[in-house]
Amino acid sequence: MQNEELIVAKGLTKKYGDFTAVNEIDFAVRKGESFGFLGPNGAGKSTTMRIIAATLTRTSGQISILGKDPADRGPEIRAHLGVVPQQDNLDQALTVTDNLYIYGRYFGLPRKFVKSKIDELLEFAQLTDKRNAKVESLSGGMKRRLTIARALISEPEILMLDEPTTGLDPQARHILWDRLFRLKEQGVTLLITTHYMDEAEQLCDRLMVMDKGSIMAEDSPADLIKKFSTKEVLEVRFGSDRNSQVSDQLKTMCERIEVLPDRILMYADDAELLLESIHRASLHPLTSLVRRSSLEDVFLRLTGRSLIE
Amino acid sequence: MTDLSRRGSLVIIDTDRTLKRGVFYVIEARLRTMMHWIFSLLTGSLLNPFFYLASLGIGVGTFINQRAGSAGIDGVKYIIFLAPALLSAVAIQDFMGEVVFPTLQGFKWEKTFFAMNATPLTGRQIALGTYFSSLIRTIGSVVIYFAVLVGFGAVDPARAWPSMVTSLYAAACFGAFMLGAAAHAENDDLFLNLMGRLLIMPLFLFSGTFYPISSMPLPLQWLGWASPLWHATELGRWVSYGHHLSGSMIAIHFGYLAIFLVTGLLWAFNRFDYRLSK
Repeated sequence: MQNEELIVAKGLTKKYGDFTAVNEIDFAVRKGESFGFLGPNGAGKSTTMRIIAATLTRTSGQISILGKDPADRGPEIRAHLGVVPQQDNLDQALTVTDNLYIYGRYFGLPRKFVKSKIDELLEFAQLTDKRNAKVESLSGGMKRRLTIARALISEPEILMLDEPTTGLDPQARHILWDRLFRLKEQGVTLLITTHYMDEAEQLCDRLMVMDKGSIMAEDSPADLIKKFSTKEVLEVRFGSDRNSQVSDQLKTMCERIEVLPDRILMYADDAELLLESIHRASLHPLTSLVRRSSLEDVFLRLTGRSLIE
Repeated sequence: MTDLSRRGSLVIIDTDRTLKRGVFYVIEARLRTMMHWIFSLLTGSLLNPFFYLASLGIGVGTFINQRAGSAGIDGVKYIIFLAPALLSAVAIQDFMGEVVFPTLQGFKWEKTFFAMNATPLTGRQIALGTYFSSLIRTIGSVVIYFAVLVGFGAVDPARAWPSMVTSLYAAACFGAFMLGAAAHAENDDLFLNLMGRLLIMPLFLFSGTFYPISSMPLPLQWLGWASPLWHATELGRWVSYGHHLSGSMIAIHFGYLAIFLVTGLLWAFNRFDYRLSK
């Protein structure tokens, strides 16, 4: 049943003393979809993920995962989750194979099944030739792929990835994205936190934009951009002193502008046309760039801040 | 590259069975991990008693036996007096090492306990699995040590074999306490320093291991009475060669060690649950 809701949260709140990490958020994740939490560090994404992973108790509100409450049925829920934490927590002294083997056994999987699954996962993660290598000898990208492979050994209903590509080089990121696409095609429900907008756009069917523990917006990446930004963006630089001087004049020429320390973002459906009008007004920027709107622009609009500060 | 085969966890995992067997899975993983350094474990287990008995039992022992004459120490040769204490000491030290280092690794160094807790395993199961795998490893050490003691003529195996049981009992009791302490430790450097300098050394030196604690000044005797190693050693000497113990003292020794077992496990359960859900 593709519309079945695997995760439902209502008024979910987590407080640490006076600090509210997650503030009365509501959301639902459907079976087979790829759902993303987008926001800067400290937005409450990882805290929300840990509550879903049934390893952190909520302060108030309701949450149901696979129809169960994690407050009293945590181990049962965890039996059907695959978790990829922000920081790899592999056993460094063990081999690649042993890391997968012992993890599979924690789920109570039969030894024979685990052994055959390991071969499949090693190929999937492109680690077959590293099967007997100790984890401490692997590169960052390999460790990340191994952590994902480990999370898949139990064929989880929901795969949770907390900042899956942080610290990886572009090639390693693309390999990972490819693997996650394949899982999604197989019907695995993906839950992803990221502060990379390209990753969120690439991987997520639906996104929840979070800031300071609250939900700012929720929709598909394309619809978020449609709702909260224009089709295109013109980035212009006049030099740090002149940026603020010309901003009043620029405001009259487009729907909206954002003055950043190093550049001005101008929002319009046709940015080329806008650039021509700037030149006609004899405002000659030092550099200019026309691009399509991204989730970064959505975030800027919603919070007044950049995602990566 | 092929895609993964998939039936889904709801089909392949027998949840009820898995939830019941968590401790067993942790023990299996720990033992599998230990197999990676089985050679050094075995070598250490054999060489450690060999060096101790050769230097202290024979070297120092010959000197002490000459001075003590036919009365001996506690009525027996020095090596026979020493053997139960060494057996208890190695049991306690090995158990302690096997719970402390994996616990620090699990919570601090590699955070592997958090990976384990992302599976159906609970904090309590991880604690108990770590505990029982240490017990299994210590049984191995104690049996090897006892065999070397027999080889040196330090114990009569037919009579002294229960000293293996008393040593393991003491190790299991104090090990539970150290499991709780290691799970409590947020500052691993400080914890290891305190453990090495304020616990292991005094434990070894002031517990009547090398001489009866009655020969120490009274304030130092208090250290011995507080030490789990002294209680273990007294029980070991009682079963090995008939060291005199009254019935009430036997109960006190067993009871005192049991306090470490109960409080240690409760402490460990509490800290494992707390740190994994923080």
